[in-house]
Amino acid sequence: MKIKKNIALSDTGFVFNPASGDSFSVNPIGLEIMKLLQENKSHEVIKKHLLETYSVDKDTIEKDFYDFAKMLEQFKVTESDEKKES
Amino acid sequence: MKRKKVNVAVTGLNNVDSPGPGIPVVRGLLDSKEYDVRIIGLSYDALEPGIYMHELIAKTYQIPLPSAGQNSLMERLRYINSIEKIDVIIPNFDAELFNFIKLADTLEMELGIRSFLPTLEQFEERQKYNLPEFGKKYDINIPKSKTIHSVAEIKNLYQEFTYPLVVKGKFYDASVAYNADQATSYFHKISSKWGLPIIIQEFTYGTEVNVTAVGDGRGNTIGAVPMRKQFITDKGKAWAGITLEDGDLMDLTRKLMKNSKWKGPCELEMIRTNEGEIYLIEINPRFPAWVYLAVGAGQNHPEALLKLALGEKVKPFTKYETGKMFIRYSYDMICDLKEFETISTLGEL
Amino acid sequence: MKKLQYERPLIQRLNTGLMNKFGMKTEYTPHTHIDEVSVKSLIKEFGSPLFVISEKTIRNTYKEANRAFKTRYPKVQFAWSYKTNYINAVCNVFHQEGSWAEVVSGFEYHKALNNGVPGSKIIFNGPDKSEDDLRAAINNESPIHIDHLDELYHLNELAVEMNKRPKVAIRVNMDTGVYPMWDRFGFNYENGQAWDAINKIILADKLDLVGLHSHIGTFMLSPSAYGVAASKLSDLALGIKKKYKKNILYLDMGGGFASKNTLKGSFLQGVDTNPNFDQFAEAISTAILNAGFGTDELPLLVLETGRALIDDAGYLLGSVISNKRLSDGRRATILDFGVNVMFTSFWYDHKISPAQDFGNYTEDSVLYGPLCMNIDVIREHITLPPLKRNDHVVVHTVGAYNMTQWMQFIALRPAVVMIDMKNKVHLIRKRENLEYLEACEVKPDYLKSFKL
Repeated sequence: MKIKKNIALSDTGFVFNPASGDSFSVNPIGLEIMKLLQENKSHEVIKKHLLETYSVDKDTIEKDFYDFAKMLEQFKVTESDEKKES
Repeated sequence: MKRKKVNVAVTGLNNVDSPGPGIPVVRGLLDSKEYDVRIIGLSYDALEPGIYMHELIAKTYQIPLPSAGQNSLMERLRYINSIEKIDVIIPNFDAELFNFIKLADTLEMELGIRSFLPTLEQFEERQKYNLPEFGKKYDINIPKSKTIHSVAEIKNLYQEFTYPLVVKGKFYDASVAYNADQATSYFHKISSKWGLPIIIQEFTYGTEVNVTAVGDGRGNTIGAVPMRKQFITDKGKAWAGITLEDGDLMDLTRKLMKNSKWKGPCELEMIRTNEGEIYLIEINPRFPAWVYLAVGAGQNHPEALLKLALGEKVKPFTKYETGKMFIRYSYDMICDLKEFETISTLGEL
Repeated sequence: MKKLQYERPLIQRLNTGLMNKFGMKTEYTPHTHIDEVSVKSLIKEFGSPLFVISEKTIRNTYKEANRAFKTRYPKVQFAWSYKTNYINAVCNVFHQEGSWAEVVSGFEYHKALNNGVPGSKIIFNGPDKSEDDLRAAINNESPIHIDHLDELYHLNELAVEMNKRPKVAIRVNMDTGVYPMWDRFGFNYENGQAWDAINKIILADKLDLVGLHSHIGTFMLSPSAYGVAASKLSDLALGIKKKYKKNILYLDMGGGFASKNTLKGSFLQGVDTNPNFDQFAEAISTAILNAGFGTDELPLLVLETGRALIDDAGYLLGSVISNKRLSDGRRATILDFGVNVMFTSFWYDHKISPAQDFGNYTEDSVLYGPLCMNIDVIREHITLPPLKRNDHVVVHTVGAYNMTQWMQFIALRPAVVMIDMKNKVHLIRKRENLEYLEACEVKPDYLKSFKL
C-alpha cells in the first residue's frame, strides 16, 4: 500500500487529494505514518518504528495500524502496490 | 477628525445565497466616520466567505457551535481576546444569541468585551410561540395564533380559524395550508424537524414589509428604516428591496420599542393588510442581512449599535432617504487552498 | 530514551457544516478525579462500572435549593423523593440536612421508617397504597396524599374502623399551560373534581384535610408553570378557608424541576438553558405570597424535588471494552455499562468525559453499552479523543433515577460508593453477585437435577 503520488501532506496535518478535491485532517502520529508510507517504507518497518518510538504494545499497534490503513483505503488516498498510477 | 481605534468581533460571515448579516454589519462598521474599526471575524465553518474577505476582516477565528455550550464558547473567546483585545462583540445568528446574552455580563466583567443585546426576557417573550402574549402585553396587532401539540387538534381548528392558515415551527419554517389535510401534513413535516409545539396562525392577506431598527433599551428608537422586498429568491430571501415612507409603520415600530424597551438591533416582519391595518408577524432579535440598505439610506445602524455598546450617548436618527434600493448579487472569490488549510487545521486565518 | 505518549492514528474528512473542534475542549476535558479521589483508584478498588456519589455535591446543592426558597418564603420544607434515589446512605444525607421523606410505595415507606424518619414526616403519595400501607400510615400519623375517590372512601372506612382521624391531602392536577398535562394523578382543578373531593372529605368529617398537593410534570423547563400551579392551589386553600373556616396547613408543589442534563434533541446545553432553583423559587413564592393569605396563615411550602437535588452528585465510571468501525466508517466504542444501568440515556445526551489525559485530536463516535441488544446505545453521536481498550470514562449527572430504575438484565448491578465531605470513600451498595440474584429464587425438587 502506498500513498498516491499526488496527495499533498502538510505539517499542520492537512491532507489534500487534488484528484478528488477531498481534504482531510490527520493527527501527528497519523501524519508520521503517511509520510513513512510516502517514503515507500513497508508496513512492518513502520510498525517497528512506532513500537520503538511510542509507549505502546505490539497488539495495539497492530490493531490501530490496520484500522488506519483501512481508513486511508476508504478515503481513497492510497493505491495498492501492484497498480500503477494512471 | 482622527478616528478612534476599536476592535469589533462579528459573527454571521456566511455571505452565501441566503446570507447571514455579518458582512453587511461589517460594511456599516467600516463606513464609520468616528471609529477606525478593526474587524475580528468569528466563524463556525471553514467555508464562510467572510473568512476570505481580507479587505473587510483583519483576522477570523473559528468558534464552537452553540450546541457545544457556553463553557466552550467562553474558553475560546478568552483565547481570542488574549490575542486580539476585543472591545465589542456583535453576534448575528439567532441560534447563538441565547449563549451570548447569557455570557454578556461575564464577557464584559472578565474580558472587558462589551455588547448591546436584547435582555433574556425580551429574547424569550418575542419567541414565535410567545408572540400572541407579546402582542397583548405591548398593545401590538398580532395575527390570531394558537399553539397546538397534537395532530388531533387540527380537525377542530375550523371553529376558530378559516382556511388558509399558516402552520409554523417553534423556531423556523412556515407553510400556508388551504385545508386540514395540508395542515396535518405540514404539522408532521415541521414538527419532525423542529419539534413541538406547532403554531397555527391566521393567514393575513396583504403586503409584507420589514423594518430594521435599533433600540436603546430605555424605550427610545435610535434608528428605524422600513423596506419592502421587490423580489425574492426561491428561499424567500430578499433579492432586491426599497426603502419606504410609511408613517404608520414608523409609529408602530416606535411604539414597540417604547413599550418593550427593546435593547439592541432587531428586524420586524410585518404585514400591511389591504384595509391598511398592520400586523406584526415576527421579531428577529438581530440585524437583518439587508441592514446595509439602512446605511445607504442614511442611518448607519451597525455604527449606532457600536456606540451604544461602548456606552456613548447616541442621538436618534430622524430621517432616512426613501426610494433607496438594494440589489443583492453573488460574487465568486478566488481563494488559495493554503488559506482553507490554515482555517481548517489551525482554526484561525 | 523515554518513549513518546501514544495516540491512535486518526484521519478525518474535512466536511463543511459539521461540528468544528475549535474551543470545544470542555466536553472532553479529562475528568481524572471526583472530589480529589482518582477515578483509576476507585475502579481499581471497587471494579468497573461503578456509581460514585459526591456527598459534598449533595449537601451543596441542597443548601443552594434551600437558600433559594427560604430567602423568598418564610416556611419551607423539603421532602426527599425516595424513588429518585433510595439508597439509604443517600436518603440519610438529605435527612441530616433536614429533609422529610416522600414515598410512593409500601417498601419505600418502610425504608423511610427504618432510616429513622418519624412517621409524621413521611409523605405518602402514589396511586397504589395497599390496605396494610394505609393502616401503617394512619397509625404513624403520616400525611396521606389521596389520588382517587376509591382511596378516599377506603380511608373513610379505615378511619371509622380504627377510630382514628387520618391526616390527608389531596393531589390536584391542573392545566398550567404545559404539555403534556398530567391529568391521570389526583383530582382535576378546572372541571371541579378537586372541589368535589374537598367537599366530600370535609362533610364526611372523618379525615383531617391538612394539605393540598400538585405535581405538574417531570423535567420541567418552565418556572412559570409552577407559578400557575401555586396560584391554583392557593386559590383552593383560600376557598376552603372561606367556605369551611378551615386553614390548610401546607401546599405541596411536588417535584419535577429539571436538572442540568441535556434532553435529546435540544440544540443548546442543559447546563446553559435549564432554569435554576432561584427561578423556580421566584415563580412559586411570588404566586403564594400574592394569593391573599394573611401573614399568620401562610401555608407551609413543601417541595418534593428529587432530580434537581441529586442528579449532579452522581457519576458513573466505566471502561472501554473495545473499539470498532461501523460499515459507514464511523467509530464505535463499546463500554462496560449500558442502558441496563443507565436508563436515563434514553432521554438525555449525557455528558461523558475520558478519565485520562490525551492529545488535541478527537473523532466522532457512537457509544454502545455491552448488552447484546440493538437498543443499548449510550450516545448516538459524541466527539471524543481516541479511547483505548481499558481506558476509563466518567458519565456526569446520573444521580437521579438510575440507581432505582436500573435493570438486572444480562449484567448484575454495579457497586455504589459515596465520597464523604473529607474525600473518604465509603461503599454504600455492594456489587450484586449470583448469590444475591438467586436469593429469591425457589427451585422445585423435581427440577433440581438433570442429565445431559
